[in-house]
Amino acid sequence: MNLVTAGGKEDQSLMGRALAFVLRIGLALAIPVIAFYVLYLGFVFLRDSGAPRTVITLVAIVWGVGGVAGLFWIFNNLVEQLPVQWTNRLQPFVFVGPAIAILAWFLAIPVLRSFWISLFDRTGPPMDATFIQALGSDRFVGLANYAAVFTEAVMLEAFRNNIMWIVFGSTFSVVFGLLVAVLADRSAFERIAKSLIFLPMAISFVGASIIWKFIYEFRPAGQSQVGLLNYIVTEMGGIPRAWAQWVDIAPWNNLFLIVIVIWLQAGFAMVLFSAALKGIPDDLMEAGRIDGANEFQIFFRIMIPYIQGTLITVWTTIIIFTLKIFDVVWVMTGGQFGTHVIATQFYRQSFTASNMGYGSAIALVLLIAVIPVMIYNLRQFREQEAF
Amino acid sequence: MGGAKRKRLWGSLFVNGTLLLLVIIWTIPTLGIFVSSFRDRQQIASSGWWKVLPHRDWLVTERIDPRAEGLDSDGVMTVRGVSGTFEEFRTGLTTAEGDARLIWIGNRRVGRIEIQEYKWTTAANFSLDNYRQVLGGQSFTFTKADGTTEVVPGDNMTRAFLNSLAVSVPATVIPILIAAFAAYAFAWMQFPARKLMFIMVIALLVVPLQIALVPILRDFTLLKLNGTFLAIWLAHTGFGLALATYLLFNYISGLPREMLESAFIDGASHFTVFTKLVLPLSLPALASFAIFQFLWVWNDYLVALVFLGGNPDFELVTQRMAAIVGSRGSDWHLLTAGAFVSMVLPLAVFFGLQRYFVRGLLAGSVKG
Repeated sequence: MNLVTAGGKEDQSLMGRALAFVLRIGLALAIPVIAFYVLYLGFVFLRDSGAPRTVITLVAIVWGVGGVAGLFWIFNNLVEQLPVQWTNRLQPFVFVGPAIAILAWFLAIPVLRSFWISLFDRTGPPMDATFIQALGSDRFVGLANYAAVFTEAVMLEAFRNNIMWIVFGSTFSVVFGLLVAVLADRSAFERIAKSLIFLPMAISFVGASIIWKFIYEFRPAGQSQVGLLNYIVTEMGGIPRAWAQWVDIAPWNNLFLIVIVIWLQAGFAMVLFSAALKGIPDDLMEAGRIDGANEFQIFFRIMIPYIQGTLITVWTTIIIFTLKIFDVVWVMTGGQFGTHVIATQFYRQSFTASNMGYGSAIALVLLIAVIPVMIYNLRQFREQEAF
Repeated sequence: MGGAKRKRLWGSLFVNGTLLLLVIIWTIPTLGIFVSSFRDRQQIASSGWWKVLPHRDWLVTERIDPRAEGLDSDGVMTVRGVSGTFEEFRTGLTTAEGDARLIWIGNRRVGRIEIQEYKWTTAANFSLDNYRQVLGGQSFTFTKADGTTEVVPGDNMTRAFLNSLAVSVPATVIPILIAAFAAYAFAWMQFPARKLMFIMVIALLVVPLQIALVPILRDFTLLKLNGTFLAIWLAHTGFGLALATYLLFNYISGLPREMLESAFIDGASHFTVFTKLVLPLSLPALASFAIFQFLWVWNDYLVALVFLGGNPDFELVTQRMAAIVGSRGSDWHLLTAGAFVSMVLPLAVFFGLQRYFVRGLLAGSVKG
């Protein structure tokens, strides 16, 4: 990949290197900053204009997309006007700079900032104080927020619920996904069956919540039930209930929410498993059959080991997903009836109760929970020799 | 031989039967919402959506005014050969033939008697009224079955729909554009700290976006960006960029080396190679990620809630729907129609571009 050595010898002087360093950083920042400013002007125009909504929408789209594309073009042209050696030094940063700058602003630096905020009380660190002043201010509470996160009853309830989400949500998504993948592989209706199971993937959590709220819709006994579940239950002689709000069986009422995510995610698991199963060589299966293995033995002794890698990927993906689950709980119960999870507590603390320090501490806990996956990803990357 | 054949038949029956059962279970929730969205308000509130299927039910064939018939509700009454007290009529009496039922509706003084027959029926009269109401910005005049009218406020899903579009399209294209440039640089250019930067991209893949919400909200407050499209474009760009860069890098770095090298020998610049060669060749990967990101942004609720939360003018479909759930949670005629309006575009994208979507999924990844 050493395509960019054609530009001749590098200028080794200290001045040259220092200048290159400054220019590279400058370029990386210039595009996002100018893009931001141009977009900001456009936004002000849109906000103040009384144009019909369709026009505003259209302008917003053209402005946003065109603005960014135009900037890349302009900056690249500027850099290409420079002497070849400087073009080669700086051009990569025109390409890669904006992405790195934005990632730094939106994800990398916030990790540190959230940690910093989490060391303070509900108002967060004082805005205009220096580092030392902030540490000395009475808003600084050290690790007290973390102590609270791990001891308060509401948080412990959220942790318990999240563990339920992770265990049941991921397991059943994987089981159903695998079941459908295996069955569809042997069926003549593979395409249509897979499409229909996969369809919920396109539906938002809010939409899915409404769909399931309708299924759980509750009318007092004696009235005609319009919710499917209560209809079935009453037809079979049972008592209608508001299932997700059924506190008597807490924490098991969480299962009625978890079902929603299983419904959404099984399709995702199915698609990945289906592709993995198709990769199993036919002669491997045939050899198993000739040796007299039955279908279950083939499934557990050949298929499962063969798709192990995919199994781990899918499982971790859904675990991370259920770890951060927010919308379903927020729309279905708002966290009442013993259904709070970490992400709803994070939202409630950060934005409803405006307790910035506490909210940030919860966010950090979420981050810590995904660190093993991050390390696994980085290790996988290091094993690839190609980079 | 016959045994093996029968075994195979049973096997196939088992496979297809189980599959059918799963497909039905998976489809019914969406079907329920879809069917209900076309039923009118009273119907949704009074009977389950499955009643649109043919079923047997008690249907009113005749209404009798007891006072016109000279019946005394305090004593024993005889109607069409059926006699009973008021209390008995109230719970319902069956005719001798058993094909009809007489039932007192209403109170003792002004009520009426209905003759009902148990017949096959469907509750399938559909209309688009729910959609009109949920899409309209103004109030909607609603004519009830008995002829009276009622004015109900509209739900302005049209505005929310356009807002979602104005958010989703740039929030899909901008990160792809930026990521494609970066992915190209990682794949085909040599520069200091290249590996370090890429490690950062990989590490950020799984970082939960919750970590960024509080600090970024502080920045946006400082920049007076809260409640604007720009804020949410930037946020989605930031949160989608790691995955976009990673996926596009995987694809772009796998492009045939000889082709790019011959372009460089011909004197093409990086920019030319990127725009004229790499972008067109990467179209499948770009499309895959575009669908991914589009669905993600369109269906997002949390980011919208945090960064657009305060401004009803810029409300998105997910926010609008959640607001209807909160304020009019039992108005199922609105919720069902609204849910479908919010789903129509993702579903169209999904069915139209399923192949690319699946390919994007298979590229395999986890998003923060």
